[in-house]
Amino acid sequence: MGGSGSRLSKELLAEYQDLTFLTKQEILLSMYVVSAPHLVDNEQQARSGNEHTGTPIAERANGSPLSARAHRRFCELLPQEQQSVEASLRAQVSFERILSLPELKANPFKERICRVFSTSPTRDRLSFEDFLDLLSVFSDTATPDIKSHYAFRIFDFDDDGTLNREDLSQLVNCLTGESEDTRLSASEMKQLIDNILEESDIDRDGTINLSEFQHVISRSPDFASSFKIVL
Amino acid sequence: MSESSASALPPGRPSRQPAVHPENLSLDSSCFSSPPVNFLQELPSYRSIARRRTTILSRDKQSGTLLKPTNSYSSQLKDGIAANLSSQSIREYALNISEKRRLRDIQETQMKYLSEWDQWKRYSSKSWKRFLEKAREMTTHLELWREDIRSIEGKFGTGIQSYFSFLRFLVLLNLIIFLIIFMLVLLPVLLTKYKITNSSFVLIPFKDTDIQCTVYPVSSSGLIYFYSYIIDLLSGTGFLEETSLFYGHYSIDGMKFQNFTYDLPLAYLLSTIAYLALSLLWIVKRSVEGFKINLIRSEEHFQSYCNKIFAGWDFCITNRSMADLKHSSLRYELRADLEEERIRQKIAERTSEETIRIYSLRLFLNCIVLAVLGACFYAIYVATVFSQEHMKKLSDLFQKIVITGWAWWLTPVIPALWEAEVGGSPGHEIRISLANTLGAYSPSYSGGLFCSRLLVTYFYGQTICWIGAFFSPLLPAIATLKFIIIFYVKEWSLLYTCRPSPRQFRASNSNFFFLLVLLIGLCLAIIPLTISMSSIPSSKACGPFTNFNTTWEVIPKTVNTFPSSLQSFIYGVTSEAFAVPFFMIICLIMFYFIALAGAHKRVVVQLREQLSLVRKHSPRGSWRRTFTQGTARKVVFSLEGVKLLQPSLATTSSKLCLQAQPHPASFIH
Repeated sequence: MGGSGSRLSKELLAEYQDLTFLTKQEILLSMYVVSAPHLVDNEQQARSGNEHTGTPIAERANGSPLSARAHRRFCELLPQEQQSVEASLRAQVSFERILSLPELKANPFKERICRVFSTSPTRDRLSFEDFLDLLSVFSDTATPDIKSHYAFRIFDFDDDGTLNREDLSQLVNCLTGESEDTRLSASEMKQLIDNILEESDIDRDGTINLSEFQHVISRSPDFASSFKIVL
Repeated sequence: MSESSASALPPGRPSRQPAVHPENLSLDSSCFSSPPVNFLQELPSYRSIARRRTTILSRDKQSGTLLKPTNSYSSQLKDGIAANLSSQSIREYALNISEKRRLRDIQETQMKYLSEWDQWKRYSSKSWKRFLEKAREMTTHLELWREDIRSIEGKFGTGIQSYFSFLRFLVLLNLIIFLIIFMLVLLPVLLTKYKITNSSFVLIPFKDTDIQCTVYPVSSSGLIYFYSYIIDLLSGTGFLEETSLFYGHYSIDGMKFQNFTYDLPLAYLLSTIAYLALSLLWIVKRSVEGFKINLIRSEEHFQSYCNKIFAGWDFCITNRSMADLKHSSLRYELRADLEEERIRQKIAERTSEETIRIYSLRLFLNCIVLAVLGACFYAIYVATVFSQEHMKKLSDLFQKIVITGWAWWLTPVIPALWEAEVGGSPGHEIRISLANTLGAYSPSYSGGLFCSRLLVTYFYGQTICWIGAFFSPLLPAIATLKFIIIFYVKEWSLLYTCRPSPRQFRASNSNFFFLLVLLIGLCLAIIPLTISMSSIPSSKACGPFTNFNTTWEVIPKTVNTFPSSLQSFIYGVTSEAFAVPFFMIICLIMFYFIALAGAHKRVVVQLREQLSLVRKHSPRGSWRRTFTQGTARKVVFSLEGVKLLQPSLATTSSKLCLQAQPHPASFIH
């Protein structure tokens, strides 16, 4: 509690830098971002007028003073017994809070992202380390292989290890919009999925497996620039 | 579901387990659940896992975790597992953080069993990597406007961000051009003029000219209208003609420093050549990526749909309205592409009669358009000749009216002719670049902050800057300021109006397109400059080249002052006897690479067919046995177009072949 629990230790920070693609500043900022939505109530958000939560994001250029404040705030959210550094890092945040983050709010794949990165047994909560994993995969410096691997898992809606026609049609529906009237017609969907499978299904088994997906992605010029989240 | 997945699921188990359950980790379970005492047993299991990775799909359908290091397999095919595992950076494993921690602990304990030399090697490579990362982080902080562009990217997506990075590129380009000119031309002049160094001007009078040729009438002093200063300031005439803004100010033949004489005409010419060469190299370097991508696109298996679906959503978008815009633009694009495909199928079923009719109609329309354009050029030519002959201010105005009048009249007419018949496919941006050169086409909509008409004006301005920098050395500085102002104005209007253009463009497409048009502009700028430097006699009244017949003459005169061996070498290199064989050798090399690429394409096609055949015809069990490593190594699926030229094993190719198989019953559980 108090002073000792309010800072991320240097060793822990270095460890996270080793294990993920994030820079030190991004790790510290992510601690802050996880805690921020709880502190700004809806009214204040509406008043500030933009999608990002209030003023603190503008201070993201700062280094360690921010981390101290951030971690303290993160700890304040948690019940008393979880306020040490160790426990706070393992504390689980429910999906609703994560989904309300500005970075994920407008994303049609937000539920899938949370589900893929969650390591809790019930798969409905994210710990801080899961969140770091998420940011690491979506960061600028992550390798294209890592990104394509996780993209495959995100697009695999039924979690069976391949992208079949239902997965693809759900994917297209996510892309075109969320309401009923924005979907493609059945014949258009069929034509589209036929085209996709023709382009990417090399062994002609009607599904796209991971290596076919990675092959297609490696030749896609826009993937690297679109599959990232900027904090 | 395919047979493979069904059989891989043992009954009673859910189809996907969370990755963290110890029994479902696709690392051999004994590795993680057992204490380090059993470490020695883990080494053989690592061997078997590594072997498995090279031969079978390592993805476990139940656990959903992919352990394999997501880059090359070739490292694993080499010696020793331990060495290979540690050479792979931990973060490149597709595991979550706790699993990566355990893997790292295992690796570290493994390291103890290596020799001192290996340990030191690994340690030093790690520290070197860390150092490189820190250095890279430092240099990114030096980037101009980094925070601004990142925040724009975070809010509005990468399409709009590419526009702003392009503006930043233009600012930097113009700044560097100005620095070159400043260092070579302006700095010595300023140093001498303001007596900062002990140097003096050298003026060589030319003997054989008429006195009258050397006089240039400047605007008269005395009583003039008050507004003429403002007009002079804006149009660069009058009092501005005598300042260092213009070429005429530099009527100096050299500067005499203590040890040497600085040849200003030579410096002036070299600065021009230097900034043109630098612009060319920089633009080509930046466009190489986009060019490679476009080269891939021209292959048969062009993946337009896959690219749009899998890479279609820009995860950077946080703005709700931008997201809606993106949804609707994706919808529109997909529908348009599907529609176009249906039309193409219809076209393929056309009879030959219809084809002939359509093509003759197109030819006729093209001829009309060309005739109109020809008339337009002729009118501009007549107007220019007329204004030159009469040298009146009124004729300048006349010239401008003629040119803009034609442009205004033509713009609505010609698109209507084209688009009605051709039914142009979406995104024909090359029409827009033609707008720049012919002044006849224009995009069919205008509006929003980033419309193509605005971009055309930037390219036009940059082309003018390149031409004009020869005649007005301060022009690149003015262009830099202009682009800086444009950047801030656009950024603020974007942030405060929050209304980006309805047309969404892709980052990769637009980057390459911008650079291509810029390159066209550069080539167009080089043509009049070379003509004026080599053929048009330089003016005798002012400017650095009063003592030469043409601007280019500086170079031969300088070469003549070199020592004779260097002279003969230069004459040899620039003679025909050298140039022709050199050109022929380059053509031969080019043909060799084209042939190589063609051969590899054919191999790729054959192997693709082989893959699908083998998949169809062999029962699941014998798949692995028939499809040997040897065949896999021949596959040259490439990551990028350039890799098609490399016959060596492309590791993703082997991965692809070997894993395009039905999932075997899991070895791991």
